[in-house]
Order: sequence, then structure tokens, then C-alpha cells
Amino acid sequence: MNTLQKFEAKQLQKYATKKIPNFAPGDTVKVNVLVREGAGDAARERTQAYEGVCIARGGHGINASFTVRKISYGEGVERVFPLYSPRIESIELVRRGSVRRAKLYYLRDRRGKSARIAEKTGGWAANEDARNEGKE
Amino acid sequence: MRTGLIARKEGMTRIFDAEGRQVPVTVLKIDNCQVVGVRTEEKNGYVAVQLGAGKAKVKNVSKAMRGVYGKAKIEPKQKVAEFRVTPDNMLEVGAELCPSHFIVGQYVDVQAKTIGKGFAGAMKRWNFGGLRASHGVSVSHRSHGSTGQRQDPGRTFKNKKMAGHFGNETVTTQNLKVIGHDLEDGLLLVQGAVPGPDSGWVLVSDAVKLPLPAEAPKPAALKGAAKVETVTEAPADAPAEAPAE
Repeated sequence: MNTLQKFEAKQLQKYATKKIPNFAPGDTVKVNVLVREGAGDAARERTQAYEGVCIARGGHGINASFTVRKISYGEGVERVFPLYSPRIESIELVRRGSVRRAKLYYLRDRRGKSARIAEKTGGWAANEDARNEGKE
Repeated sequence: MRTGLIARKEGMTRIFDAEGRQVPVTVLKIDNCQVVGVRTEEKNGYVAVQLGAGKAKVKNVSKAMRGVYGKAKIEPKQKVAEFRVTPDNMLEVGAELCPSHFIVGQYVDVQAKTIGKGFAGAMKRWNFGGLRASHGVSVSHRSHGSTGQRQDPGRTFKNKKMAGHFGNETVTTQNLKVIGHDLEDGLLLVQGAVPGPDSGWVLVSDAVKLPLPAEAPKPAALKGAAKVETVTEAPADAPAEAPAE
């Protein structure tokens, strides 16, 4: 392990405090983001949920990020979150989607019915979920 | 004027600051950075400290340099450089420097040799636009185009930007912010990019264009004397930037 990898591993340990569900592109996730309201002494923090389809995951280790797309008031919105950002309070997996691509950029050109993703009921991830449910 | 440090560029990564913003940082390793020699007004006509860093095999060190290291009673170094200092910031031969020499929040200049690009065309070297893809242009799509006027002046002016050797030159990046240290591993984190390839040697010194904070250790932060603490958090009162997310 070189110095940089060692440093990144150390940083990762520091930031990997929350439990991150095992999610993949196509899955619907709910990201609870900390937002700051007001300025100066009046500033206070609250969480804001951002729910949408994860259309891409990228990066490794501390550089990992994911993109969540949703339709907000008829307008497509995409947000890229750093996976280990301290501004993310928690990530919830809402629904697993069945897709055959790692990057779902084609959803940007679709609207309505054609932009739907079928729910994934089988497969490794679903089995993993069922196993974890039994545990908890 | 304090001495600088010799560091090795380990590469770039990101950290999150106290506000949760992403900060791009370059990780610099201060590896066995010791004073090899001193230059004094009486003997050399100027005042400086000569630092050495890294570890060299004895068989790879010239006889002359072996003599220098023998006299200083230190292990042979891979990289040696001089830093001009004021007489009150003089150091003793053999003193080992520590990354906490630069305090968190201060600004530094980083000097290194850039990655060599060889003989490069005007598009790569000077960001020229090149010629058109069609409309009669043949063979010369990436050429620089005209280099001057007509019979008057009848010559190409000096310093005209043209193709030529690019990279492998000494470059100083000024005013990089120190984000943190990892004193256990001897790491210094600066915000932004520094010149040169990964695992290349860089010279880090106090920013010449900005005042040195009063808390900065003088004449230098030496290993052994400094208390060990690991700081990777930028101060909360960092200048406001756009949220990184």
C-alpha cells in the first residue's frame, strides 16, 4: 500500500460512520441531506430528503460518488453526491430496479411511461436483502 | 525568511472540511528532511540552509557528496536543495524538519519541474485553435497559422508562440493553502494541484506574496521538539465557497 492509499484508507475510516445500503444504478434511493438555513447565528441545520433513481455510481474509496435523478415539478433534476460526504445523514434504499446498464443516461431523453424502470424481484441483490431482513 | 521543505508529491485526493465541503488536496510527504549544510555570510557571501530529503544508497552517491554527508554525520540523501533564510532563522546541521513547519491555514509556494511533454505543437503548447476542419484546409489542421505580417516588418517577431519543447521546466505554483498534516506519516496537505509528476520532488516554502502568520514556528518546526497531533480539518472560518455538492 503506498502512502496515498494509506492516507485515503485512514480518511475513509474517519468518514465511513453511517451505514450505506448496497444500492446500484436503477435503484430508487432516498438521500437525507443536511441543509443549512439562515445565516450567521440564526443558522440551523435540518435534513432534507431527496428521492429519485440512482442513474450512475462512480469512483472508488473516498472518491466514490453517485448520481440521483428525479422529476421535480415536471423538470428533470440530477444531483451528484459524494458517497462519504458528511452532509449526507443517511441513504435509504426504497426500491430495486431491473436494468441492464451501469449508467442510465438514456433516462435523460425519456419522459413518462418510457422512463419507468421495472422492479427487480430476484437476483443477487434481492436475495441479499432477504437474508439481511432475516438478520435484523 | 524561514527555510522551506523538500517534499515528495504523493498524488491528489479529496478530503471533507469541517463544513462538509469537498476539498481537492495534494498529499506531500516530508521524508527524512534534514539540514545537510549551512551557507553563511562570512564563508559563502549569502545565508542559506542546504536541506536533503529521502534516502539514497551509498553506492549511488558520488565520492564528493559522501564527504559532505560524512562531515554532517547524516545518511545520504536523494534530493538536496538550498533555501535562502535570514540569519535569525538559521538551523543547525543535522536538524530534522517536520511538516508542522507550515501551519494549517497558511499559504505556501510549491516549486517543481513539470512533466515533460517533448516537442509539442502550438495547439497543445499555447492553446492555439488550429485551422479549420474543412473549407479547403489540407494537411495543416493543427498548425499555428500565420506568424507575422508582410514585407514590412518582413520578419517574425521574437518570442512568437510556436511549436517547441514543452514541459520539463521549473514552475512555481503560488499561494496554495495548507489544509492539514498527518504528522504520524509525515504528510502535508495543500489545497489544489502542484507541478510535477507523482513521486517527484517539490520544494515547499512560505508564500512570498502573502504575510506569514505570527503563529508559524520560527526558525522551523523540528522533529522531536514538536508535539505529535494529527490535524486534517480545515479551520471553520475558511473563506466561503460554493457548496461542493
